[in-house]
Parts: sequence; C-alpha cells; structure tokens
Amino acid sequence: MRLTGKVWKYGANVDTDAIVPARYLNVSTPEELALHCMEGIDPEFAQGVQPGDIIVATANFGCGSSREHAPLAIKGAGVSCVIGTTFARIFYRNAINIGLPILECPAAEQIEGGQTLEVELETGKIHNLDTGQTFQAEPYPEFIIGIIRAGGLIEYTRKELGR
Amino acid sequence: MGMTMAQKILAAHAGVELVEPGQFVDVKVDVVLANDITAPIAIREFTRIGVEGVFDRDKVIMVPDHFAPNRDIKSAEQCKVLRDFVQRQNLTHYFEVGRMGIEHILLPEQGLVLPGDVIVGADSHTCTYGALGAFATGMGSTDIAVAMATGKVWMKVPETIKFVYRGRLREWVGGKDLILHTIGVVGVDGALYQAMEFSGEAVDDLSMNGRFTMANMAVEAGAKVGLFAFDEETQAYVEPRARRTYTAYNSDRDARYAQVIEVDVSELEPQVAFPHLPSSVRPLSQVGEIPIDQAVIGSCTNGRLEDLQVTAQVLRGRKVHPYVRCIVIPGSQAVYLEAVRQGLVEAFIEAGAAVSTPTCGPCLGGHMGVLAAGERCVATTNRNFQGRMGSPQSEVYLANPAVAAASAVLGRIGGPAELAR
Repeated sequence: MRLTGKVWKYGANVDTDAIVPARYLNVSTPEELALHCMEGIDPEFAQGVQPGDIIVATANFGCGSSREHAPLAIKGAGVSCVIGTTFARIFYRNAINIGLPILECPAAEQIEGGQTLEVELETGKIHNLDTGQTFQAEPYPEFIIGIIRAGGLIEYTRKELGR
Repeated sequence: MGMTMAQKILAAHAGVELVEPGQFVDVKVDVVLANDITAPIAIREFTRIGVEGVFDRDKVIMVPDHFAPNRDIKSAEQCKVLRDFVQRQNLTHYFEVGRMGIEHILLPEQGLVLPGDVIVGADSHTCTYGALGAFATGMGSTDIAVAMATGKVWMKVPETIKFVYRGRLREWVGGKDLILHTIGVVGVDGALYQAMEFSGEAVDDLSMNGRFTMANMAVEAGAKVGLFAFDEETQAYVEPRARRTYTAYNSDRDARYAQVIEVDVSELEPQVAFPHLPSSVRPLSQVGEIPIDQAVIGSCTNGRLEDLQVTAQVLRGRKVHPYVRCIVIPGSQAVYLEAVRQGLVEAFIEAGAAVSTPTCGPCLGGHMGVLAAGERCVATTNRNFQGRMGSPQSEVYLANPAVAAASAVLGRIGGPAELAR
C-alpha cells in the first residue's frame, strides 16, 4: 500500500497527554477523540490536519500512559501513518493492534514539517517528494506482520479462535 | 547460561524451559486489569472478538478509580460501561466506590497479585507489581480485550538492565528519590523495551512501600517492567494476604544483563523532577526559589500508609501556607481507615489540608485539583508532562511525600530540614 501525505513534524518524547489530554478521556470513539488530537502541544493540528497526512517525530513517541485513545485519536484524525526514530512500547503495540501504520526510521530526524512523503508500507521505503530523498524504515518482526496482515489484533484473534 | 527473573517468569508462563531476550512468546496471564478509562474500549473490542464470557471470572479485575467517584456525566457513562460489564460477567473481584482504591495500591493490598505472576493491565503503572517479583506490565485496551477473552497475551522477552544501589539512604530519602535519580541518569527512554531489575543493599533495606514506588515508575524510563527479587520483606507482605499459591523466581547468578549500572546512594538528597519530564531531576539543594500553589500527596506512586505517615510527621503541629492547597489522597479505603485510626487524618485536617476518598483524580488532570494556567504544583505523583494536571501553561514538580508536605507549609519547594530550623 502506498500512502501519500503532508508532514506534521514533532520532536522527542511526545507523550500521550500531549496526543490526547486526559481531560478528554471521558469519551472513547476515534471521531470524538480526534477533535482534541495533539492539543497538548499543537492546538493547530486538529483543525488543520487533512486525511492522509503523516505525523513524523523523533525518539520515544507516545511515551506515558497506556491510553489507546492516543493512537485512536490519530487514526480518527485521518492520519495515514506515524513515523518516528523510536516509539514507546505500549504506543507501538497499540498502533499495531488497531491497524494504525507505524514505522521506525532512524532518518526521521531529517524529515521536516510541511514536506510531502510517499510511504510504501510493504517495503518500508519512505520517499521525500520535496527533496527526492529515500529512507528505509526498520522491517517489522514476522510476528507483527501476522497481526498487520490480519487487519489488527482483534481480527487476528478471531482467526486464531476460528470465529 | 542462567536466566533473569524476567526470563524465568515468562518461560514458566509460556510453558517452556528457556526463553531468550528478543523471542516472541504467548504467555498465560494470572491477572488482567482495566480501569474506568481503559475498560470501555477494552469491552468494545472484547465484544468484537465474539466470545461470550471472559476466560476466568476470578482473574479479570476492573477498578473504577480514574474519574471516579463519577466526575461528570460522560465519565459516569464510562464508569457505567465498566459496572454493567462487571455485573454481566459476574466478576469475582470488584471494588465499588466506598470499597475501592487506586488500582495499584488496592490489588497488592488485597493479595490479588502475587510473586511470580504475569499481570497485564490497561494502565501503564501496572508495572508497580514488579515490587512483588511479578512480571507486570501495562498494555492498551485491545491487548487487554484479547487477554480477557483468551487468558493469553503475546510478549517479546525483554533484555534486563540491572541497577545496584550501594550504601545507606539518608533521612527523608526513599524509594521515590531512588527512582527519580535513576530516571535522571538513564533518561525517559533509557530502558525502552527492557526490564529493570533493582538490587543492592539500599533497596534490600527498603520497605515494600518504597519498592512499590520504584517499580511503579519503571515505565517512566520506558521499561516494560521493574523487578525486585523476592526476599523476607516480600514474604512478610505477601503471606498474610495471599489466598492462592505462588512461586518466587529470582535471577540466576550467571544471568546475562544488557547493562549493570551501579549507583552510590550514600550522599543522595531528596530529588525533584522539574517540568516537563520525569528525567529533569535536581537534588533538593539545587532547586532554588520555586513558589507553589498546590501540593498533591497520593497516587499509585505515593498513596500508601507509610507515605501518609511521613506526611503527618511533617505536617503535625504546622500549618499549610495560606495560599497553598494541600490535597492528601489515601490510596485505598484500608489505607484511609488506618490513617484515621493512627490520627494521621486529624493531623492533615488540623494543618489545613484537604483529604479525599481514593481516586487518581488530580494526577492526570482529571478532577480534585486541576491546575489553572500559570499555577505550579509539587506532587508525589509520577508524571510532570506539559498539561498533565490541567492547563498546558501549568507546571508539575515531582517529589517524595516529605518534600511535598514541607513545600505545602513553606509555600515553595523545600524539604523538612528547613522546617526544623
């Protein structure tokens, strides 16, 4: 699958309180959560984000609480993919489990806000259409590919249980 | 080659002799946990799996503690989703407002989580139970939905970083200071995807209270779990509480560690984490003049009886600064009752502090002490991210209970030693 979108660039240690502040956790649908996506650090995001846009950050994106509301808000906002140099482990699991494409790429540092990227999910190739650069994301472990192919952890589990 | 306790617990729950770091395994879980914020999504996803009931009604535990007692109508609806599920599934262990506590204080106290267990919770501070020698880790709601349905989760076996704390702790220095100092040393992603193992004479001397505080904040260094070896202290805590058998796993002498970090704690001062990361720590003597508007003493990190005893020791016979709100939140009803019996609550109220029923409330900016723009709070909680306790323009400083209580009296961040003068 090829994803194309404009970059929203953030730095290191973007925590889940920044992605969706806890005061909004009294709701749980992606659509409602999307209204406050990134509000903790970027009040412009929720208004300006377009379907297909891509979030790029550096180290430890999604650190802090286990709230699945964070990747749900990002997915609900129409973001097609999140790229970071590293991710906090619970956020990483959550994104894979709910089918939000997520890529670890050491070169994420070099990508700037406002640029347009084309991402090939199968190969992990990230093309920067503004600069012509191509970056390679870390490959997924085989086990994770199984979950992605199934369409998320619930679908994977249904298949395992024969339902 | 020997195994770390993390490897041993996962191997036992995967039904194999040996596991290696990096290996993916399916493990059986002993306890699955969710709260009023994470349960509604977990229940929604559980329903999509298409099974009728949870895998074991004794092993799925739900605690309404975050926005409970119900904060507003929407929160009440969320809590109701949890409550309806608990009743429909006839879950064995349920703790309603009036009996409930902050989940990570409640479960160990009730003997529901035990050494050697694998525990997964839809709450990042599930790692608290590592203090008991349990492999306990936080996950999201979908993972928890699958664990509720199948009794299993997938895990990647982590490498372990071993921390060895040498020396004896000074007065007013405890588990909170050890873990804040450690996070300051390794950074907020210093143990990403890894297990932390805490050892050395300084932690051997720590009570279970201090160990829970340290294990609780392992996630603040990015860790999957923060483990303590099982010893006499653990046994004394667990024996009167356990209502089922358990197994203690300690690391082999020849276990392989990703790293061994030695820390001399004999000169360690109380630590204060500055906004907006738990790793931005300074020793108390380097804090400078920081006026505060609020002090919060409680949370899954520091809401246990010993924390309240220290708080009372500082507040007794003193008055909270006229312009400071000091909010003390016992972590469970048992802690609360004991604090009443020991006269601690009397000391808090006489000092001019507010005392609340157990709730996570202010720690995550939920209720019971939300901050306005420009306000500063010193808190015994675990996170000081931007906007964590309210306005994005507010500030949170993390400290131990003695420092938080002394600061409430001083009206600025300071320690109990300053009060004695």
